[in-house]
Amino acid sequence: MLFAEGSPAEGLRADGITVAYDRRRVLDGTSLTVRPGIVTGLAGPSGCGKSTLARVLAMLLRPAAGRLTVDGTEVRRWRHRADLRTRVALIFQQPRLAVDPRFTLLDVIVEPLLAAGRPAADAIAHGERLADEMSLTADLLTRRRHEVSDGQLQRACVARALALRPRYVICDEMTTMLDASTQAHLVARLESYRQETGAGVLAVTHDTDLLARWCEAGAVHHLPAPDGTSLVR
Amino acid sequence: MSHTFTSIRTSTSSQTVGIGSRLRVDGLSVRFQISGVAPDRATVHAVTDARFEVRQGECLALVGESGCGKSVMAHALLGLLPANAEVTGAARLETDGAEPVDLVGAPEAVLARRVRGRMIGLVPQSPAAHLTPVRTARAQLAEALRELGRPAGSDDLAALARRVGLRPADLDLYPHQLSGGMAQRVANALALAGDPWLIVADEPTTGLDRPLVQTIVSELRRLTDEGRAVLLITHDLRAAEQVADRVAVMYAGRIVSLTSAAEFFARPRHPYAAGLLDALPSRRFTPIPGHPPELTMLPAGCAFRPRCHRATAACERLPEPDEVACHHPLEHHVVR
Repeated sequence: MLFAEGSPAEGLRADGITVAYDRRRVLDGTSLTVRPGIVTGLAGPSGCGKSTLARVLAMLLRPAAGRLTVDGTEVRRWRHRADLRTRVALIFQQPRLAVDPRFTLLDVIVEPLLAAGRPAADAIAHGERLADEMSLTADLLTRRRHEVSDGQLQRACVARALALRPRYVICDEMTTMLDASTQAHLVARLESYRQETGAGVLAVTHDTDLLARWCEAGAVHHLPAPDGTSLVR
Repeated sequence: MSHTFTSIRTSTSSQTVGIGSRLRVDGLSVRFQISGVAPDRATVHAVTDARFEVRQGECLALVGESGCGKSVMAHALLGLLPANAEVTGAARLETDGAEPVDLVGAPEAVLARRVRGRMIGLVPQSPAAHLTPVRTARAQLAEALRELGRPAGSDDLAALARRVGLRPADLDLYPHQLSGGMAQRVANALALAGDPWLIVADEPTTGLDRPLVQTIVSELRRLTDEGRAVLLITHDLRAAEQVADRVAVMYAGRIVSLTSAAEFFARPRHPYAAGLLDALPSRRFTPIPGHPPELTMLPAGCAFRPRCHRATAACERLPEPDEVACHHPLEHHVVR
């Protein structure tokens, strides 16, 4: 694999993950592995726990039970593990809720680089390259969240996700809000990143056409519908 | 990789309650003035010279990329634009047996008392967010009926619930207890409370899973087949394919193509329409290069010119507004 530091890419593994919100159990002993170099699919109806599992895999949500391992290293403390955390990037469904309203698009893209201790000038130059790869033009980079379209904002979120060259990219309904052309563009960018780096991608979506087109054959997991006792219909 | 959708169109003209009413939009334009920016960038050309018609018993889908002006159009028709919007042109609501109303010039009192809810019903984006969280569906529906001057007993509410596919008992739930599909049905019930003949559905399927999209699409088609006119505003081409009779494609505020749905999906003639279809995962899955232009800085001539592989010097002139507004329409675009 083409990642300089750390252990070889063995996969992002979730084993027996259980999560409950209040008394409602959304995941019950669910297991899933995101393998390096391929696109794994995660499908299922609304409310089945797809996004919850995505958040667990990105180490943003600590499960009630189960194990998460990143390239063979088990995640034990769910805070302050920058070395593990930066190996996994998450792209959210709604870019408007995933971006600080005070940030320009360039600030959005550069933030993880600065947080990782890159010198500012270096981070900005790198950020501009990332933006260019997403076809974000210079005039867009000085704008804030309310001055751009959903598609432009999601391009910035993809650039942000790739800034620290993650080994695993989790796309949680990344294109559901977007038109077909923007969807095709974002997927093409993730595909070029995957081919260049050997990263593993998890495509979380209920779009069967997209799953069929994008994911490795035989690597699509289906989560069952939420049980009727816990949800009103 | 090709997907064939079963068409759910049915011929139920016997149910049709009258086909005379129609909405005629003629030269509708919407501008916003924004302050605090350079004067050459201060005007947003959100909608420009839109022309179309929707009749009872048909569904017209208005499709396009985000930010192309689709939702502004919907809000203009409902008179819900903010105060800094300048609307010109005409949008005549010609209702059977009633005086026509020009939605552009109509005073708010007319829109509030005669149009919204009574002639035009809005099916909103994200219905769960559209409902008041602290009141039951029943309370909200009863209020809507009361405001429309149709005070209703529990039998009427039950009938309305059944009509949109809810059990009457479901009306006693609060919005957070409703699933996405049920919230959508409550929103439909609110839209139908005043028995409007025109339904404007603004991105009703965004972010929903396919079974739910299917439910909404079937519902819109049923409303059409009942003899209502449906204007479906969406970026979801697959939803449009299943329900629309005609498809209008909007680009940078203009309608650049307005054809039958069959022609749009099988033989798109506008290069932008072809590009949108080619981007679908079930087809070529290739994006249209570049970005839509800023609505504050539209290029002269055809706005799609900078992204179009067929553009020539002729495209610096604006194409005639026609079924397909293009100097070089495609003859036989192969859709795969």
